[in-house]
Amino acid sequence: MRNHDEAARSVPSVLGACCADGSGPTQPVGPCTIRVALVGQPNVGKSTVFNLLTGLNQHVGNWPGKTVERKEGIHRCDGVDIQIVDLPGTYSLTANSLEERITRDYIIHERPDVVVMVADAASLERNLYLLSEILCLPAPVVLALNMVDVAQQQGLGVEPHVLEAALGLPVVPMVASKNQGVRELVDTVLRVYREGPRGVCRPDIREDHREVLAELVNLIAGSVPEPYPEDWVALKMLEGDDEITEMMRARLTPEQWEQVHRVLMKHEDAILAIAGGRYEWVRRMTRAALTVPKAGQITLTDRIDKVTTHPVWGLFVLLGVLGAIFWLTYTIGSPIQAFLDRYLIQAGAEWVRTALAGAPWWISGLLADGVIGGAGMVLTFLPILVIFFAVLGALEDIGYMARAAYVMDRFMHLMGLHGKSFLPLFLGFGCNVPAVMGARIVDSPKARLLTILVAPLVPCTARMAVVAVLAPIFFGAAAIWVSWGLIALSLAVLAVVGIALHELVLGGEHVAFIMELPLYHKPNARTIGLSVWQRTMGFVRKAGTIILIVSVVVWALSVLPHGEVDTSILAAVGRFLSPLGALMGVGWQMMVALLTSFVAKENTIATLSVLLGVGGEGAGLAQVLPTLLTPASALAFLVVQVLFIPCAATVATMRQETGSWKWTAFSVALLFILSFAVGIGVYQLALLTGWGV
Amino acid sequence: MHAKKHFHLWEHFRRRERKAATDGRAVTLGALPAGKTATVAELQGGRGFTTRMAALGFTPGAQVTMIQNFGRGPVIVMVRGTRIALGRGEAEHVWISANGGEAHEES
Ligand SMILES: Nc1nc2c(ncn2[C@@H]2O[C@H](COP(=O)(O)OP(=O)(O)OP(=O)(O)O)[C@@H](O)[C@H]2O)c(=O)[nH]1
Ligand SMILES: [Mg+2]
Repeated sequence: MRNHDEAARSVPSVLGACCADGSGPTQPVGPCTIRVALVGQPNVGKSTVFNLLTGLNQHVGNWPGKTVERKEGIHRCDGVDIQIVDLPGTYSLTANSLEERITRDYIIHERPDVVVMVADAASLERNLYLLSEILCLPAPVVLALNMVDVAQQQGLGVEPHVLEAALGLPVVPMVASKNQGVRELVDTVLRVYREGPRGVCRPDIREDHREVLAELVNLIAGSVPEPYPEDWVALKMLEGDDEITEMMRARLTPEQWEQVHRVLMKHEDAILAIAGGRYEWVRRMTRAALTVPKAGQITLTDRIDKVTTHPVWGLFVLLGVLGAIFWLTYTIGSPIQAFLDRYLIQAGAEWVRTALAGAPWWISGLLADGVIGGAGMVLTFLPILVIFFAVLGALEDIGYMARAAYVMDRFMHLMGLHGKSFLPLFLGFGCNVPAVMGARIVDSPKARLLTILVAPLVPCTARMAVVAVLAPIFFGAAAIWVSWGLIALSLAVLAVVGIALHELVLGGEHVAFIMELPLYHKPNARTIGLSVWQRTMGFVRKAGTIILIVSVVVWALSVLPHGEVDTSILAAVGRFLSPLGALMGVGWQMMVALLTSFVAKENTIATLSVLLGVGGEGAGLAQVLPTLLTPASALAFLVVQVLFIPCAATVATMRQETGSWKWTAFSVALLFILSFAVGIGVYQLALLTGWGV
Repeated sequence: MHAKKHFHLWEHFRRRERKAATDGRAVTLGALPAGKTATVAELQGGRGFTTRMAALGFTPGAQVTMIQNFGRGPVIVMVRGTRIALGRGEAEHVWISANGGEAHEES
C-alpha cells in the first residue's frame, strides 16, 4: 500500500499550506481551509453534526436514508476555515445505490484532508465495518463515537479510550443531538490535520485470500487509474464490485483481463470471506472496549414494535397516524387560516383600497388584488403548514417512518416495489420534490423510476392547503370528510397507477427489501423545530417570489387590455379552456386557476382570489365562490386539483432524477389525462345521482 | 406472546433442521420462528444481495435472532445488535443452522 503520509500530501491543494505541520513554511496567507468529510452508516447523526458546525439546515430525522446528496458548509474556528461535507449514509464502500456511490466517489476523488467517520455507539460492531473499509483508503480518519447516550440506555458499555488504543485512531465520544463533544471533535480534526495520522491499525484480508489478493494486485499493477489505490481496487474486484470491475475491464488488455477474470471466477466465494474477515477485525478491535448486556432483555423498542409492525395492528396504527395528522392540521389550522383571511387579507386589501383611493386605479388594484389578494392570501396557509410539518417532524424523529415503511411492504409489493419506496413517498405528503429526490435510496434503478413516477400522486401540503381553504366553503362541517376522501382517492389512484405501470417499468424484476429499523428516540424539540423552520421558510420564500410573481401577472392579465375582467386576455385564455371545464361544470376562472397551479400549487387560491376579488369588490372567496360553483362541480374541481400535473419544481426534479424527458413527459401527460378523467367522472356521477347539483 | 405456538414452530424447525442434515437440505432464515436464534450458514443470491447482506452483518457464523415472523410477508431480525427488516424472498436466501445444543432463547 502506498505510504499514507505521502498520499495525504499529494492532495493537489493550494490550501493546506498555512496549516501544515512544521515541515512546510508557514505563510500567513488568508484564512486557511481544511476539507473534512462526514461519512458513516445511515442514520448515525452525520447531518446533526453538520448542522451544528455549519449552522445550515440539512434534513435530520430518525430513519435511514435522508441525506441523498452531498452538501457543503463552512465552520470557522481559530482563524481556520473548515469546509465540511455532509454525505449520504452508506453501510459499506461497495456502492449499491446512487446515494452510496456519491459518498464513495467523494472520498476517493475529492480526497478530503480529514475523514470524520461518525459511528453509532449503540450498534458499534456494524458501524466499524465501514471503518474497516475506510481505513484502506489514504486519508486520515477521526472516529466520532456518536449516540453515546443511546448506547448507555441500551445497557452497552463503550470505552472510547480503549477503542482509541486498539484502533490507533482518535476517538471522540459525542451526543450530537445535545451538542456534546462537538467542540472536541473539531479540536481533534485540527490536531490530526496538523500532526498527521499515527500508527493506525489497518484491517488485513483474511489469511485464506491473501495470496489471491496479491496475485490480483500483480495482474492489475500499472493499469489502475489515479486516484484509486491499487490494492483497494483489487479488493473491490474480489468483492465483485460491478463499477470497479467494469472500470478495470476497460483499462486492461484482453489478455490481462482474461487472466484477471479467471482468478475472479475461481474465487467467487471471496465476498463472504472478506466481509467475515472484516467483522473478525471489528471483534478484535472492540473486544476490550465494548461490553454487551446479556441477551434476553425486552427493550422499549421491541415493545412498541409489537404493535407498530404487526401486520394488522400496524396497519391500524398507520391509518390512525395519517388520519390524526390531517385531523389535527385541519381542525386547528383551518379556522386560523379562515380568521387570517378575514381579518388580515380582506381587511388589509380594504384598507389599501381606501388609503389609495386618490391614486390611479391600477395601483390600488395591483396592491390590493394582485399582491395582498394573491401572494398574501397564500401566506394564510402558514398555520396549516406549521402544524403539519411539526407532526411530520415528530413522527420522523421518533423513528416511526421505518415502521410505516415496513407495514406498507406487503402493499407496495402489488406495485412490484417494496417497503423502502414508501419512505420517500411518505415525505411526499410534505412536498413532492424531496419525495422524488429521496427515491435515490431505492436500490434498483427501475424500482427507483417507478417510485418517482408515482410520487406526484401523494397529495402534498400545498395541494391539501388549497383543499383546506376551498372545502369548508362548499361542504361546511363535512369538509374534513371531503379532505380525507380526496387523500384516500389520491392514494387509491397511486396504487392503481403503480400496479398498472409496474410491468412496463420493472419488467418483472424482483427488488430486494433490506431496511434497518432504528431504535425509537425521544423526540428532540430542537430537531423538530429546525425541520419545521426549514420547511416553513421554504414555503415563505416561495410565496415571496414565484407565487408573488404569478399573482401579479395573473392580475395584470386579468385587467389588460381594457381594465375589465370579462374582456381581458386571461378571460380569453380561460374561455379557450372552458369546454373542458364545462364537462364538470366549472367556469373559465377555475380553469385558469388550475393552469397557474402548475407553477406552484398554492397559486390555485392566489389566482382565484385575484380574479374574484377584482369583480367582487372586496367580498371574500367564501361569498363569491358558491355563486359560481355547485357543490358537485366544486368536488370535481378539487379532485382535478389534487390529481393534476405536478408543480414545475417537481417536474424539474423528476427530469433531473430520471435523466429522461420521455418519462417526465409521460408522467405529466398521464396525470393530466387522469386528473380530468376522474374529475369529470365524479361530476357526471353526481349529476346522475342528483347529488349537489 | 404465543409461547405454545412458537414452541411448536421451533420443534418443527428443529425437526426440519435435523432432517436437512441427513438428506443434505438446509433451512432458511424464513423458517426461523420469532424469538429463536440461529447461526448464519450461507447466503445465496446475486452478488449485489450478498455484498449488502454481508455488510449488514449477515456473514457465516453470525448470530441472528428472529423478532417477527408471521410466516408470510416481511420479517424482522436482529443481527449484530441492529434490527433489520427483510422481505420474505430475502429471508429465504439466508441459510441458517440451529445453534448447537439448546439454543439460548431471546425475548
Ligand atoms: N439520542 C441521540 N440522538 C441523536 C444523536 N445524534 C443524532 N441523533 C438523532 O439521530 C437521528 C439521525 O440523525 P441524522 O443527523 O439525520 O443522521 P444522518 O447520519 O445524517 O442520517 P442519513 O442522512 O439518513 O444517513 C435524528 O433523529 C437525530 O436527532 C445523539 O447523539 N443522541
Ligand atoms: Mg444525513
